[in-house]
Amino acid sequence: MSVLVYVENAEGKFKKSIFEAVSYAKTIATQLNTSLTAISIGDVASAELENLGKYGASKVLNVNNEKLKSFINQAYASVIAEAAKKENANVVVLSNSFSGKGLAPRIGVKLDAAVISGAIELPNTDGGSFTIKRTAFSSKAFATVEVTAENKVISLTPNSYKVVEDGGSANVEVFTSENKDSDFKTIIKEIVRATDKVSLPDAELVVSAGRGLKGPENWGMIEELANLLGAATACSKPVSDADWRPHSEHVGQTGIAISPNLYIAIGISGAIQHLAGVSSSKVIVVINKDPEAPFFKVADYGIVGDAFEVVPKLIEAVKSLKANS
Amino acid sequence: MKILVCISNVPDTTTKITFTNDNSDFNEAGVQFVLNPYDEIALSRAIELTENGNGTVTVINVGEASTEPTIRKALAIGATDAVRINAKPTDAYFVAKQIANYAKDQSFDLILAGRESIDYNGAQVTAMLGELLDIPSVSIIKKLDVDGDKATVEREIEGGKEIITIPFPFVAGTAEGVAEWKIPNMRGIMSARTKPLAVLEAIEVKSLSKIVKFETPAPRGTVKLVDAAEPEKLIELLHSEAKVI
Ligand SMILES: Cc1cc2nc3c(=O)[nH]c(=O)nc-3n(C[C@H](O)[C@H](O)[C@H](O)COP(=O)(O)OP(=O)(O)OC[C@H]3O[C@@H](n4cnc5c(N)ncnc54)[C@H](O)[C@@H]3O)c2cc1C
Ligand SMILES: Nc1ncnc2c1ncn2[C@@H]1O[C@H](COP(=O)(O)O)[C@@H](O)[C@H]1O
Repeated sequence: MSVLVYVENAEGKFKKSIFEAVSYAKTIATQLNTSLTAISIGDVASAELENLGKYGASKVLNVNNEKLKSFINQAYASVIAEAAKKENANVVVLSNSFSGKGLAPRIGVKLDAAVISGAIELPNTDGGSFTIKRTAFSSKAFATVEVTAENKVISLTPNSYKVVEDGGSANVEVFTSENKDSDFKTIIKEIVRATDKVSLPDAELVVSAGRGLKGPENWGMIEELANLLGAATACSKPVSDADWRPHSEHVGQTGIAISPNLYIAIGISGAIQHLAGVSSSKVIVVINKDPEAPFFKVADYGIVGDAFEVVPKLIEAVKSLKANS
Repeated sequence: MKILVCISNVPDTTTKITFTNDNSDFNEAGVQFVLNPYDEIALSRAIELTENGNGTVTVINVGEASTEPTIRKALAIGATDAVRINAKPTDAYFVAKQIANYAKDQSFDLILAGRESIDYNGAQVTAMLGELLDIPSVSIIKKLDVDGDKATVEREIEGGKEIITIPFPFVAGTAEGVAEWKIPNMRGIMSARTKPLAVLEAIEVKSLSKIVKFETPAPRGTVKLVDAAEPEKLIELLHSEAKVI
């Protein structure tokens, strides 16, 4: 028995959500009295791989060959399932990223495992049962799932588990897999990435704006506030529907669900479908000129005021905070 | 083209979520059920792709008889025919097994599903189906164009997108942007009543997991308001009290 964690890299580097997944998987391994192995696919420097030991991986399987350079979920799932079998792992942990969503179910089927996606807490293994909490109903509720299957594939919601750094260095081993040709039918033609921006699903801080901003030309101050804070930008659905902002920024029930440490909502009314995607944010700040806006009911901090007056002052305040710290 | 669209029947987006039976079941009393919005957008794209007699669109639902209004809605929007696998879905694996069992000898060119169901939010059925049928799966896609025996899709990734070509057959999970929403017209609604809806028995599937308890998030305390004349106080609070910046 062992625990295996898949460490997804972004252009050769690991993001914080991966350290969270490794720390989380390590704690599960400890609960189950076993060790943690990580598997990395793609081109990652060995120092970066050894560093995973800090978060609790004792061994890292390194899969680095030409065919597996870019992410093809079908092929990656075969490699990870093969590693899980060789390592005798009955728990496989991934981060619930876009790629993780495409992988976890395929790995689950290959291992006859139960797939728990979007886990937000450690499993409870008291008394021999295995239960785990995840979000459901677009963050309007949590569901505790009891897993009866021997094997489990768990994808962890980013920003829901703390990074723990108390380990040493991991042993890196080369892992060769036996992919079949039919795993490689999809061809990635092009990857378009806005590299200068914080990506929304990973963001710890998010500045979001809605129809209260009146038009796309007014987003300059939103971008500026976000840049100063190192935050990602988001928007409500009507804003992306009107093409004021790209669809990839749309949060809520039909957009992306996020759980950052801070969510600042500017000129957004707080409709139930919007709240569905953002209500698990740790701290919510609302800026709205209407004191009756429903968003104030679920906010931690608020300002009743005109965004066009308040936001520029917030920008100045953040600048002076940064200057003084 | 022969397209299969997987449709789920979910509580309307405005539903207040409550539970019964000692918080082990979702309380359906008074809840309006609808076609999952992402599945509706998948269906819309399937209909666009088969316009002018250029193929068929079958919708499939794993559910009990109570889901039939949602299936009829899909037929009214423009699906050619429908299949209902008669069972209460227990988890994504159960659903994927039923759909794979139906699809395995039907030679669909394309299977579409939503990026996730808005009740269970597992985002699992798409990739499970791909694995069970041993064909590619791709999610979350915002664009899908057909070019002969393959398609070009745009997949969402953190902070950007990937442009991918995939040969048929494959499974895709769609999100908004992939099509224009189709609204059923009067003729669609009339013809939906007589379009074929086959009801098939479910196959037996070993259960891997079950939900034992639901809960709703703890309510937040009351909001702390800062005077609009002094927004700098907010930044101060976020820094020294909430410690998030
Ligand atoms: C099936 C379905 C799914 C949906 N999914 C989503 C979803 O995923 N995400 C989502 O966001 N919505 C979703 N919606 C839409 C949702 O119901 C609301 O319509 C939407 O969230 C409202 O966006 P908004 O708050 O930006 O605009 P509005 O509701 O128009 O609110 C604008 C707010 O700005 C305030 N304001 C105006 N001027 C100023 C100013 N100068 N300064 C400060 N404040 C100002 C107003 O007081 C108001 O509260 C969905 C709806 C349906 C039916
Ligand atoms: N009971 C069901 N019957 C048919 N299709 C379903 C069912 N449940 C989920 N799906 C499909 O699978 C997609 C993803 O669902 P999920 O994995 O539950 O998030 C949905 O958007 C539907 O297209």
